[in-house]
Amino acid sequence: MITIINYNAGNLGSIKNMLNYIGIQSQISNDKYIIENAEKLILPGVGHFDYGMQQLKKSGLIAVLTQKVVIEKTPILGICLGVQLLTDFSEEGTEKGLGFIKGKTISFDKTKLASNQKIPNMGWIDVDNYTQSKLFENMHDEPRFYFVHSYHLELENSTDCLVTAKYGYDFAAGIEHGNILGVQFHPEKSHKYGMKLLENFYKNY
Amino acid sequence: MRIRVIPSLLIHKSGLIKSVQFKNYKYIGDPINAVKIFNEKEVDEIALIDIDATRENRPPNFEAIAEIASEAFMPMAYGGGVNTIEHIKRILLSGFEKVILNKVLHSNINLVTQAANLIGSQSVVASIDFRKSLFGGYKVYTDNGTKKTNYTPKDFAKIAENAGSGEILLNFIDNDGTYKGYETEIIASVSHHIRIPVIAIGGAGNVEDFRKAKQAGASAVAAGSMFVFQRPHQAVLISYPKQSELKETLFNI
Repeated sequence: MITIINYNAGNLGSIKNMLNYIGIQSQISNDKYIIENAEKLILPGVGHFDYGMQQLKKSGLIAVLTQKVVIEKTPILGICLGVQLLTDFSEEGTEKGLGFIKGKTISFDKTKLASNQKIPNMGWIDVDNYTQSKLFENMHDEPRFYFVHSYHLELENSTDCLVTAKYGYDFAAGIEHGNILGVQFHPEKSHKYGMKLLENFYKNY
Repeated sequence: MRIRVIPSLLIHKSGLIKSVQFKNYKYIGDPINAVKIFNEKEVDEIALIDIDATRENRPPNFEAIAEIASEAFMPMAYGGGVNTIEHIKRILLSGFEKVILNKVLHSNINLVTQAANLIGSQSVVASIDFRKSLFGGYKVYTDNGTKKTNYTPKDFAKIAENAGSGEILLNFIDNDGTYKGYETEIIASVSHHIRIPVIAIGGAGNVEDFRKAKQAGASAVAAGSMFVFQRPHQAVLISYPKQSELKETLFNI
């Protein structure tokens, strides 16, 4: 069973839909007790960094999340804004992040983008440098994923980088540090590639 | 660089249809079946548009579109009868990433700003339908291409951008369903006039047309007939270009 954390920032239905489709049980919850007992967590999210952190605070879930992820080492997968919230902070706002992973969330360097590369980066990218991870075990050939973002991760330790993508330049499109995982793209909107990734998260962690 | 290649699906009386110049509807089939086939084809994104809602002065059919979205494993955009911020919230909760606004841009452009503040610009698509005038020049139309406005596509796209739209769906009515290719002149003038992405639609017959739109400045391309008919007899057949063809002709330029 995967528990999808509902903190009122984004569309959780499509993640649950895809998990249903590949036969993995999931529940959407904002209940401390349910999250305390979760086997695996997904932290989704769409929107502004500060809005996301404020909603998390308002939901009163930060303490239980910290207990689960940092102390109990429960596997967690952040998606889109969800992975950004795992970092220390974001250039998008002024709120502190959860700080579960050493790094920050920064703005795209527009000087390195071509004139036709708009912000936000919205579309599909063929990802690279993922072979080491169990999250990409038996991944279909030439995996591509759907991205929508204006900010991206910058990790302190390159060993935490799970996968890279190129938009003007290469950036970390995902993280893996023990039980802490996250992806900038939307697996739930990325066809069989996303299905394989979610299946691996369930099976291998 | 990859650009998005988007099937545009039109809902009329709860079935899918395809038009020619916004008229002469031909029945295609059931929306859910079509979405399932497009899943298998691994399409980049789908734009779903209820062409009756505004005309019938009614809100989106939330139950029906939620059911369609629940079958989709790609990004989904919805347009048709979207008039209020409540509509927009419900559409996102129904499993769509984006809302497409058209008629309301002319009656209440503030909705774009409100929506962008609530869900982010990237989720707000301004849809602009236009025709070429008899004596040259291009004008924006509303109400399924029946009402002429005084705006040029270029000026109206700027207004939509300034209000907070995240992208422009630029639809050339004259070439809809004709396979004659996009109106690249307007794609170029609009996309160079604004900073947000332009999705070209109206007239695509093959991947070569996509390439021309990209070269003109489009950030994404959309089509209807090309993905639902087999020529020359217009038999209904859902198709999508192979990745190898897209890479060779479209992405590698």
